[in-house]
Amino acid sequence: MMAEPRLTVAVTGMNAVPENPGPGLAIARCLREAYGPRVRIVGLGYDALDPGLYLREYCDSAHMLSYPSSGSDAMIERIAGIHAAEHIDLLIPCLDAELPQMVGAAPQLAAMGIRTFLPNAQALSRRAKERLPELCALAGVACPQIKPITSPSFFRSCRAEGWSYPMVVKGPFYDARIVRNAEEGAAAFQSIVAEWGLPVLAQRFVAGEEYNLCGVADADGRLLGEVMMKKRALTAKGKAWAGVTIFDTGLADDARRLVKALGWKGPLEVEMMRDAAGRYHLIEINPRFPSWIYLSQGVGRNLPALLAEIALGRPVPALAAPRPGTMFIRYAVETIVPLGDFEKMIMHGALSRQLEGEGVR
Amino acid sequence: MKSGDVAADMNDGARAFPDPEAVGRLALSDSGFVFDPVSGRSYSVNATGLALLRLLQKPVGIAEIVEALQAKFEGDAPTLERDVIEFADVLRGQLK
Repeated sequence: MMAEPRLTVAVTGMNAVPENPGPGLAIARCLREAYGPRVRIVGLGYDALDPGLYLREYCDSAHMLSYPSSGSDAMIERIAGIHAAEHIDLLIPCLDAELPQMVGAAPQLAAMGIRTFLPNAQALSRRAKERLPELCALAGVACPQIKPITSPSFFRSCRAEGWSYPMVVKGPFYDARIVRNAEEGAAAFQSIVAEWGLPVLAQRFVAGEEYNLCGVADADGRLLGEVMMKKRALTAKGKAWAGVTIFDTGLADDARRLVKALGWKGPLEVEMMRDAAGRYHLIEINPRFPSWIYLSQGVGRNLPALLAEIALGRPVPALAAPRPGTMFIRYAVETIVPLGDFEKMIMHGALSRQLEGEGVR
Repeated sequence: MKSGDVAADMNDGARAFPDPEAVGRLALSDSGFVFDPVSGRSYSVNATGLALLRLLQKPVGIAEIVEALQAKFEGDAPTLERDVIEFADVLRGQLK
């Protein structure tokens, strides 16, 4: 009997840092638990100190990518070079800032033989934060008003425009801060501009509790394998440090309508606020798996493995029934890194078999 | 007692009673740990609270609840009835 060919999956977002972890390492962990040694995982990062790059139990090799700001051509050229060494079957990008370029590059990647399972550029654009009210009107989902702002003077004049405090100030890709007056608003504006640039977004505050749903939409815009989670502990940046699965048909129905309205394909995370009356309000749609994706493996719905199967054209695997009441608690742990590994990452931008044997002695 | 009588009894005696379907979804452990699978909230209750939650998951009226509690715990009927209504009121606020 012939052995099944080993699958090589490249995963970005290996920046599993405590305050705001990228999802890549959790995705790699899901794939490893689903496929064991039948998968080679290539970790892709943007910083030589991205911790996931050094965890050999999850990443068989690791490479640095060029920053999205270097442009699409540089990214494609870099991936082509990695592909020549690693023979990538499937690429799973999972950082918001890289998604537009990855979506744009999908045809070139496909021509190289690298599969992706991503939305088209139009769908990606329609879930941008400033366009959520428009999307929600179409999908029949509640959504707080969002306004792009280009000057901190908005926070002094906003009451005249019908805005009130508290409100939420957000960056185009990352960061969200609740501000309670004009001074806090202006400070948040300056800080977000310094880190992420313009526009900054003001979003009306919805009092309630946040609930998240992640899933995979197939090529027909159907939501598969949804996993719902309530955060139970947060980092200083508001990211989940602990959480518990829930099951609410209302949340799942809203997510299905959003996926259908978008014509979405690929992984996504829907972030909702549930108000005191139990009504959900959409606050964000992330076009990727979330950092808490390992919880999907914990409830028998390994979504990265589901995505891999669909992307490879295989049948959708059987999924466990929803399992509310399963918790996760994240922890910080050190990994020991030989200086030679760090040297390879700095000098060659890669930790791969071809480079074994080199390094600091 | 018919189900309509139960509803009437509950409405008369305990206007603050939560939606029976919402109480029914709660996962109750003998330890007193309570988990709401829709909100993701968890709670801890004492033996009286646990017994009361189990009663509230059934289609019974306040008179039957008080009678059942009196059989298990100390307390006169008016006091128990007041406690039940107070507990149910808090619960209703939690289960929206």
